[in-house]
Amino acid sequence: MDRLIDLSQIGVSLGGMPVLRGIDLSLGPGDSLGVTGPNGVGKTTLLRVLATLLAPAIGSGSVLGAGLGTPAVYDVRSRIGLLSHRPSVIPELTLEENLRHAAALVGASYEKVAKALRVVGLDDVAARRGEVSSFGMLRRAEVARLLITAPRVLLLDEPFTSLDVEAQELIGALVTRTTSDGGAVVMVSHEAGQLASHTSRLLSMSLGHLEQQP
Amino acid sequence: MSFWSQAIEIARVDLRVERRLGDTMRIVLPFAVVALLIFPLTLGVDLTAVSRLGPAVFWALGILFGMQVALRQAAHDDRERRDLYALLGVDPAARFAGRTISGAVLMTGFLAVLLVAMIVLYSPRLPDGWLGPVVLSSVLVAIGLTELGTLAGEVTAGLNNRTALASLIVAPLALPLVIGASQTLEALARDASILPWVLVLVATDLALAVAGVGLARPLEEASR
Repeated sequence: MDRLIDLSQIGVSLGGMPVLRGIDLSLGPGDSLGVTGPNGVGKTTLLRVLATLLAPAIGSGSVLGAGLGTPAVYDVRSRIGLLSHRPSVIPELTLEENLRHAAALVGASYEKVAKALRVVGLDDVAARRGEVSSFGMLRRAEVARLLITAPRVLLLDEPFTSLDVEAQELIGALVTRTTSDGGAVVMVSHEAGQLASHTSRLLSMSLGHLEQQP
Repeated sequence: MSFWSQAIEIARVDLRVERRLGDTMRIVLPFAVVALLIFPLTLGVDLTAVSRLGPAVFWALGILFGMQVALRQAAHDDRERRDLYALLGVDPAARFAGRTISGAVLMTGFLAVLLVAMIVLYSPRLPDGWLGPVVLSSVLVAIGLTELGTLAGEVTAGLNNRTALASLIVAPLALPLVIGASQTLEALARDASILPWVLVLVATDLALAVAGVGLARPLEEASR
């Protein structure tokens, strides 16, 4: 598989309003792309299309070889990792239980959970419930989950928001690990500076269009 | 990971969350028992009528309050969680099955406590050999109502006022369960066969299971 992500003239409308227009994008193994732009231009929608969670209305494309909007995407979803801007944890479970739940669902061992908790520095607070954890802790737990599931395509939505320097370095390490393992990374943020330091290519988004960063 | 492994893992976590939240046992159940307590007061001192109406009130309140138990998962099911499960490769049908298993376990416990409360408060004259059929019909009602609640939660996912909408879907479709369950005990009292009513319950559960598993994927995709 040459291309992990291949989009051609993709268009998406939400509530009758066009959000993405004429998106062409291609990423191969080891590629990392940063997409910057102000709020509301379609960055999150682009990530949801790449995560196969939103089917495009116009154009065609594939992620990990599965055609967007086709049933083939169901088989590749477990190899896509998404860090959305709201943490996806079950608040009533502890951080460790959340990771064990994810590990059980993907068939990963619990040893991986313990290792991931150590790597992200959550081993001391693993017994803390999601509902009483800080945003930074939840983010670290999500990074730990992505270490366990080891996705081939990694999608990060405003990953550096509200994170301390150490946690930002963890995100950087996750990006490096994914690309060095032959995966692809797409990161979106309104802060171009941080994207540039973690990705090999930078594009800007304006009203649903992707453009070369000036 | 296999379909059933995913379903059991989801059921296990769902029950753990419920144990910590206590929605069913600490909120819905006490209200149902209070309703059970208030109902005889409206009949005055006619203890015979109270005793005779006990089983009917049990099923009516069991199913009405049971709907709240059946719909509880919909209240905690946000887009992020749905996306997470999709990207962990969870089969939506396995999710439906898992939620049905955990909901049915909870609902069976809920109905068991309500049954004991009804017997204590109403002193009903129950026919000989009532326990087995009542337990069987309670379990079948628990399964059917949970399937219905889970299905309604999926149909209304992503909509505003989804809990209210889901209740409107569940209420009319729960009729075969109400009829099947109440008539099982009636048939027993008349010394008639309970089999037709048990079959009504089993057929309803099976139809809902087929619908839930078959529609799980399309409903999940349509909710995005």
